[in-house]
Amino acid sequence: MSGTRGVKGGLRTGGGIREEIAQLATKIRGYALAYGLDPFDTSFELIEHDELNEIAAFGGFPTRYPHWRFGMQYEELEKGYLFGLQKIYELVINNDPCTAYLMKSNSLVDQKLVISHVYGHSDFFKHNYWFSQTNRKMLDQMANHGTRLRRYVEKFGETVVEDFLDACLSIENLIDAHSAYSPKKRKSTEHVEDLERDVTPRKIKSKEYMDRFMNPKEFVDRQKKAIEDEIAKKRKLPEHPEKDVLLFLLEHAPLDNWQRDVLSIVRDEAYYFAPQGMTKIMNEGWASYWHSRIMTEKVLTDSEVIEYAEHHAGTLGTQPGALNPYKVGIELFRDIEERWDKGRFGLEYERCDDMERRRTWDLKLGLGRKKIFEVRQIYNDVTFIDEFLTKEFCVQHKLFIFRHNPQTNRMEIADRDFDKVKEQLLFRLTNMGNPIIRVDDGNFRNRGELKLVHQHAGLDLDGREGRDTLKNLFRVWKRPVHIETMVEGEKKLLSYDGAKVEEEGVDAE
Amino acid sequence: MVKKIEKDYSRFRAIVRGQIKKELRKYITRGELVGKVGKNLVSIPIPQIQIPHFRYGKNDGSGVGMGPGEPGTPLEQGEPGEGTGAGEQPGDHLLEVDVTLDELAKILGEELALPNIKPKGSRTIQADKAKYTGIARSGPESLRHFKRTYREALKRSISLGIYSAENPIVVPVREDKRYRSWKVREVPQNNAVVIYMMDVSGSMGDEQKEIVRIEAFWIDTWLRSQYKRIETRYIVHDAIAKEVDHHTFFHVKESGGTKISSAFQLCTDIIDRDFNAAEWNIYPFHFSDGDNWGSEDTRRCLELLETKIFPVSNVFCYGQVKSAYGSGQFKKDLDEKFGKDDARIITSEIRDREGIYDSIKDFLGKGK
Repeated sequence: MSGTRGVKGGLRTGGGIREEIAQLATKIRGYALAYGLDPFDTSFELIEHDELNEIAAFGGFPTRYPHWRFGMQYEELEKGYLFGLQKIYELVINNDPCTAYLMKSNSLVDQKLVISHVYGHSDFFKHNYWFSQTNRKMLDQMANHGTRLRRYVEKFGETVVEDFLDACLSIENLIDAHSAYSPKKRKSTEHVEDLERDVTPRKIKSKEYMDRFMNPKEFVDRQKKAIEDEIAKKRKLPEHPEKDVLLFLLEHAPLDNWQRDVLSIVRDEAYYFAPQGMTKIMNEGWASYWHSRIMTEKVLTDSEVIEYAEHHAGTLGTQPGALNPYKVGIELFRDIEERWDKGRFGLEYERCDDMERRRTWDLKLGLGRKKIFEVRQIYNDVTFIDEFLTKEFCVQHKLFIFRHNPQTNRMEIADRDFDKVKEQLLFRLTNMGNPIIRVDDGNFRNRGELKLVHQHAGLDLDGREGRDTLKNLFRVWKRPVHIETMVEGEKKLLSYDGAKVEEEGVDAE
Repeated sequence: MVKKIEKDYSRFRAIVRGQIKKELRKYITRGELVGKVGKNLVSIPIPQIQIPHFRYGKNDGSGVGMGPGEPGTPLEQGEPGEGTGAGEQPGDHLLEVDVTLDELAKILGEELALPNIKPKGSRTIQADKAKYTGIARSGPESLRHFKRTYREALKRSISLGIYSAENPIVVPVREDKRYRSWKVREVPQNNAVVIYMMDVSGSMGDEQKEIVRIEAFWIDTWLRSQYKRIETRYIVHDAIAKEVDHHTFFHVKESGGTKISSAFQLCTDIIDRDFNAAEWNIYPFHFSDGDNWGSEDTRRCLELLETKIFPVSNVFCYGQVKSAYGSGQFKKDLDEKFGKDDARIITSEIRDREGIYDSIKDFLGKGK
């Protein structure tokens, strides 16, 4: 408990605590570097709970644009804190230099843990491939977004701007998170000269008197139709279904300039936050792995062990009905390290079905450390789970699938089968848990209507929310909008024309 | 310091306030909320506005979890969707927080802007209360003060010179023993009794009773926060009245005629027997659908109110629950006789579940 007293004493002397934290940070940074981590320059700010909750409500950026949902998140966080249900220890921002906010009331042990944890995140931000395309000056960028939005509010009025912003936020998840890594060779969509192509069908060569037998009328018509279809497809906008729905809207929706700008702000921020959603398990696992090593091997004094252990256990605790990303992440990294240390990989190991030999398998390769650094560099949650979640891991850590049992009206453990657990987990992680939706046609029914297609993968869309989202989409596209999806096994087209939402069956073509 | 979030926060509250009544109504009218009052904790939702997205519905509610158990084992508390990351389900629209009944009452008070009740001054009496603050040399073994006893024994053995640091054995003897003892203190006390009366004749259906039940829960919660001690009594009546327990009150099904005066008479009897009006804050609540059997009985009711019930009560409350069969005449009779502004009586009409909110405000909004 002396740690707690140290912090409080520091507070009273003013500045003392800051200095202490700065010294701690320098020391811990030294350890981190020695382990091979390479974090951004990281500055630590000590703040009170209300300030921390405020910044957390803004998604980490104190300079964000005004919006009521930040106020809503603030209320939730602050009430949660005051009722003693939850507490944020730290917040770390992917930016160069990296900024981390620490709760002032943390005990000294907590601060040590949190600082070590932050260096793990900072290293991950800097080196994980999926973060490579994020804007590292996002603090500045967010401030710019804020300024622009405030200007629009002044000019066009709060309600007008807010309504449009609400509509944009309603579709903010319709992005293509992977597009950032493969800049598309975007073919010019104005490329239309081959539209007026000859539609004369190809004929089979024959003598003239044989022609009507060799090329009967049905055959010719069929050829002609095929060519016309081909041309129609070419004329279609977009040419291929476009997953970046927001980009399509930016380019093709009839928006005012300020609206286009608001939409682009929403899109920019969605892309900025996407990698954090794509690497939640890895990022938290990596940071937890390193705080546990740094703390237990370097930083902790004897008197601090219990407090550290309690906090660490709290972070990694699991509830039956939810998977704790900290826990899964850290255990997978440890598992990988052990496997590569002992050489438990490769064909020979995979093919070995002597359980005893597998259990004691140890080639003493010592490649573990190298491997986990490689993993943190190139994987994201989907590939991470796909590659490294093994049957042994699944059994050891007691993973299961739960399902609602309508007979008992309870959530129950349904299955422990490895393949099913993995499949379910991967499904939940795919596209960050969002349904995959693409723009299929920007000129649907040749009436300038917008048609999206939901690639159904076993789960239906939420109907009530889907309808409301469709209404919001209409506010952006300003013409009738449609989404094709499956409802209880049947293909349906959900439409909104500005007056009412309609649902109709779609015949198989 | 004015915080930046302040503006967004007040904007959010403003949006909710347009909705807040709806939101609050929604959870006040949620029957199961009352059912959760197990260990003195209830869940109250914090209002959240969900921006709609295209996202998966909850049609199978499945996910991946971690922990022991055979297939078929139900998951314990910790519901799905609360966690983060892979197991994440589409979140609930309402975040549920467990709060104590005290906090709940506070929230209710804030949201409905309920004034604090001023207990009737002359009725605040001093009560004797025993507090275990002293120490005595004799007493029952169950009150033995372990630490003090050992301290005495240690003192004695040191002064006798039989204590040895190498072999620190201390054995208390009878003279060493110390016991907790009490001192009597006078503490101010204000007690309240709520007497619920309900018409259970045929015309009161299950829905009407459910409304009364929910309303009674909130009234209890509020009054409990205002008084040190609160007692509740329950009277059901059709043509005759009887006193019942809590469970029976909400579940009994009677039929037959309706004589409200029977309930009022029983109420008076109970007060006379058990509750000295000088010591108790008395709250009679009567719920019915407004039918009474004949104007003769109504006249008798008014007389009972005027002569017997009003003089001893803080306020008499009448809630008229709308039913398909009720004429709603009784409220008219009451209003006609006493007028809208009579401070001794509050009448309120509850059309449906949505109406509970306003009705609670009617009853408790006067601070009596």
